[in-house]
Order: sequence, then C-alpha cells, then structure tokens
Amino acid sequence: MKCAEFLQELTNYLDGVIDDRTRAELEDHLAWCHNCYVVCDTTKKTIEIYRDSKLYELPEDLRGRLRSAIVSKCHARKKAGPEHA
Amino acid sequence: MSTIQPKLGEPLTEELTLVQAAKEGDVEAFEELVRRYDRNVFRIAQHITQNREDAEDVVQDAFLKAYGNLKQFQGQSKFYTWLVRIAVNEALMKLRRRRPERMISLDEEVKTEEDSVPREVADWSPNPEQQYNQAELREILTKTIQGLPASFRTVFVLRDVEGLSTEETAEALDLSVPAVKSRLLRARLQLRERLSRYFQRGRAPNGKEIADENNQDSGDGNQ
Repeated sequence: MKCAEFLQELTNYLDGVIDDRTRAELEDHLAWCHNCYVVCDTTKKTIEIYRDSKLYELPEDLRGRLRSAIVSKCHARKKAGPEHA
Repeated sequence: MSTIQPKLGEPLTEELTLVQAAKEGDVEAFEELVRRYDRNVFRIAQHITQNREDAEDVVQDAFLKAYGNLKQFQGQSKFYTWLVRIAVNEALMKLRRRRPERMISLDEEVKTEEDSVPREVADWSPNPEQQYNQAELREILTKTIQGLPASFRTVFVLRDVEGLSTEETAEALDLSVPAVKSRLLRARLQLRERLSRYFQRGRAPNGKEIADENNQDSGDGNQ
C-alpha cells in the first residue's frame, strides 16, 4: 500500500468503517511508515481536541433569554391559530 | 490505534413522543426539545456564521421554523438531524447576507487529488493542548477552523464536533455520502496541518506568534 492510498482510507479507518482486510493492510502500512503513523495519530488528536474544546458554549443567561423568546413566540402562534403555526 | 465514534446518544422513542405532543400544540413539549438541542444549534450556527449575533438569530429562527413546520417532520430521520438541516440553512442565509461578495455553497466542487502525502511530518508533543492556557488554545482552535472554507468547516463540525453520523451529515447538508467523506477527509487533514504549527514537538509556546498570524488564511472561497 502506498501513502496516498493510506490517506484516502484515513477517514474510514478513524471512523472504524472498513472491512478487516483493509484494516489489516492499513495497519501493516502504519507499522513501517512513520509519516503516515504521525499523520494518522495527529489527525485523531485534532478531532479529539475539537470535540473536547468548549468552543462557542451558549452562556446560561443568553440561553434562558433565547428560550423565553422562542417559547413566547410559539404561544403567540398557537393563539393565532393552526394556520399560522 | 482505536477509532473515533460519534458521541450523541439517542433516546428515540421518548423524543418522538415529545415531537408528537409538540405537533398537537404542546408548547412545553417543544420547549423540552429546545432545551435539548439549543446548545448544539448555537454552536453549529456560530461555526458557520462566525458571528455571535447571527448565531443567536439562527437559534431563534431555526427553532421557530421547526415549530411552524413540525407537521412536515415525518419521523423518517431523527428530529435532531431534521433540526440541524433547518439550522444550517438559516446559518448559510445569514452568512450569504453578510458576505454577498463571496459565493458560499456547500456543493462547491472539491478536488481531492491535491491531498498528497505531506512531505515532512513533524510529530506533536504528547499533550499539545496543555502547552497553552485555555484562552490561547481557544484562540488557536477558533482561528484554525475559521480558516477552512465553509463547506469543509460545516461537515467537520457536524460530523466530528456534534457527532452526527456520515449519513446524517449527508442528509442534513443535502450532500451525497461520498461528498461528505471527501470533505471530511480534507477538513481533518487541513486542520491537522494548520494545528501542527502550534503543536509540533519541541515548539515553545508563544502567544505573540499566535496573535501575529491572525487571519492569514481565513476565507470561504472555493479551494
């Protein structure tokens, strides 16, 4: 397996959606190709860092305000009748 | 090496009961659905619009649109996937309004050939994120993901941050599964490459450099 082929399968590999044979070939490649090992490992870390990051958390006070606004508009539409809902 | 699995759980039947109640006019049931997903919608909206006020508007508009169109939700997909689809469309509309000079499309043609293997690959420090304080790390992550084209950014956020499956992401974005996979691969590789500047082994943390590199390659244009 060449590095380019490995890279094409990287997403499937990280997501665990490949058959056993392809997985074995990929892991065989990883065992001797340091570059691909690093790319694979750091791509996995990239995903984990973003997943664990608390980017764009919705602050509780804002959250409450948005929810009240949404709920009161829903009530208003309900009152206006189903054709407006 | 272990694989990465989506994190979102799915108490499906209970949720369908809520949706059904909301359809019949139970606003409290709908409020529970808002409570369940407002954080996700806000995060997705801010990732797409890159603007806090727009993201707030998207949360309101998306939920109200969902409420108004509940009857069209037939339950073939998860409520969350259906909601995300609405939210993504609202967010893209905001983005287009704010940046009319740019073509913003999730369907843009994406070449995959250029993802050749990086020539020189430097390994990262064992716990790279710990080299920086929280504010610095946040800045690095925000700036890095903002530099991706909108179509890559959106796929990455839905799939890897919000934990939608590939099929759900395809459904929410109206893309084919191969298109989602191709964008996801490129988004992951580009983010990895860009983060390497900060996380590679032996690199001394340097807040100034982070600030200096600001916005050097941000943009939503075609690549």
